[in-house]
Amino acid sequence: MSNTKFSKEHEWITLDGEVGTIGITKHATEMLGDIVFAELPEKGSNVEKDGTAGVVESTKAASDVYTPVSGEVVEINQSIVDDPSKINADPEGGAWFFKLKLKDKSELDTLMNKEEYDKFAKESSS
Amino acid sequence: MNIKKTALYELHKKHNAKFVEFAGYSMPIQYSEGIVKEHNITRNKSGIFDVSHMGQLFIKYSNDITDKLQEILPTDLKNLKINQSKYSFLMKENGGIYDDLIITRMKDQYMIILNAACKQNDLQIIKNKLNDQNLDMNNNLSLVAIQGPESKTILENVVSNVSKLKFMNGENFSFKNNEIFITRSGYTGEDGFEISLPNKVAISFVEELISKGSTLIGLGARDTLRLEAGLCLYGHDINENTSPVEANLKWAISKNRINDNFIGSHQIKKQIKEGVSKLRVGIKPETRVIARESTKIFDEKDNEIGKVTSGTFGPSVNASIAMGYISNSHSKTDTKVYLEVRGKKVPANVCDLPFYKKSYVKGEVNV
Repeated sequence: MSNTKFSKEHEWITLDGEVGTIGITKHATEMLGDIVFAELPEKGSNVEKDGTAGVVESTKAASDVYTPVSGEVVEINQSIVDDPSKINADPEGGAWFFKLKLKDKSELDTLMNKEEYDKFAKESSS
Repeated sequence: MNIKKTALYELHKKHNAKFVEFAGYSMPIQYSEGIVKEHNITRNKSGIFDVSHMGQLFIKYSNDITDKLQEILPTDLKNLKINQSKYSFLMKENGGIYDDLIITRMKDQYMIILNAACKQNDLQIIKNKLNDQNLDMNNNLSLVAIQGPESKTILENVVSNVSKLKFMNGENFSFKNNEIFITRSGYTGEDGFEISLPNKVAISFVEELISKGSTLIGLGARDTLRLEAGLCLYGHDINENTSPVEANLKWAISKNRINDNFIGSHQIKKQIKEGVSKLRVGIKPETRVIARESTKIFDEKDNEIGKVTSGTFGPSVNASIAMGYISNSHSKTDTKVYLEVRGKKVPANVCDLPFYKKSYVKGEVNV
């Protein structure tokens, strides 16, 4: 995941051409515990960097999912809505949340690389 | 305030518990397995719960004490057999509930199990009623529950003859030459036992249960289990502003005591006769969305008709489940209601409790 970037809200994004795939990190799922509900943005809607773009709920609490960059939602992963436990099982792979057509690629520069994120996650949980 | 620890604290730590503060105690919310797995382990096999934060109060038995306790509890204690347990409440004059509790008639004493958050207040009420300021909880004892279909066999391997106990009955047993008291009861909707035992043997006792195949379970799964079983959590589903009639717990008031005098009896009688304006019901959202405590409930015309008091995702029913108080006019099973979650109205239906019921009943268990 070398071209994957990470946000302080524990989302990841991988860019493929103009389209970024977004999900939540393994570290986030470990903090949340068993995820039992997921809500995604609507296909075709526009989301703004750092704005709410979904919700996940664990048995304990609800948490907002933020988008790390702005853009138009071009695809959503219905399979995690149907079976939210997939998010715990494969958060940084098959359990992606949504795909965005990026509005401004330079927004990616504000995000962390893997090494920076791992350090950030370690510090924020200790 | 100093946060308290139970005698099992070090064992929880050894089993990688995540701790939360609960009623002044550091208690395990979950272990490394996680809430859903722990829930399923209890439903399918056997789980161990540390409930030592609950108060264990022992009161010497006499006819006079029975009379006095009947003035504050709506339970028929005079016909309570030796070793039998009953679910009961301490109430306010207006019928509100100070606490829910389990009272057991032992040979020479009553044992009362009280909720951790309420136990000091409960103790004061009981002390005043019995005019005995020396009365105190027994802090030398731990309380452990073992719940789930395999619990009987597992516990039998540690304490012989325990499987002869009937539901809501208890008896003295021994463990490593220590007297322990076991009742067949619990709060998960599963067959199980609660064991009151000296702190000094608590860890070795639980370790034996684990070695025989049971697993430590945290408060997180305890909450999903009890909610699936339709059981109330004090401070959420019942409190000083809800009466046993409103909470749909009328069954716990002994029939032959409805016309008797006890604190709150006036209000109970009135509510039984005239009905109540709100009632605790089960609520099942039509989607997986979780309606947590304080979620507002609306009717089809957008009138607010109640509030959710507990809501979670029920792993065994694979659905979002909730309980709450709803105006009596909308409390009928299958009534369509709407829950306001994050600004949206989620359709839901009033439903019967419990959400989860075992499909089989064991022959010797009286449930």
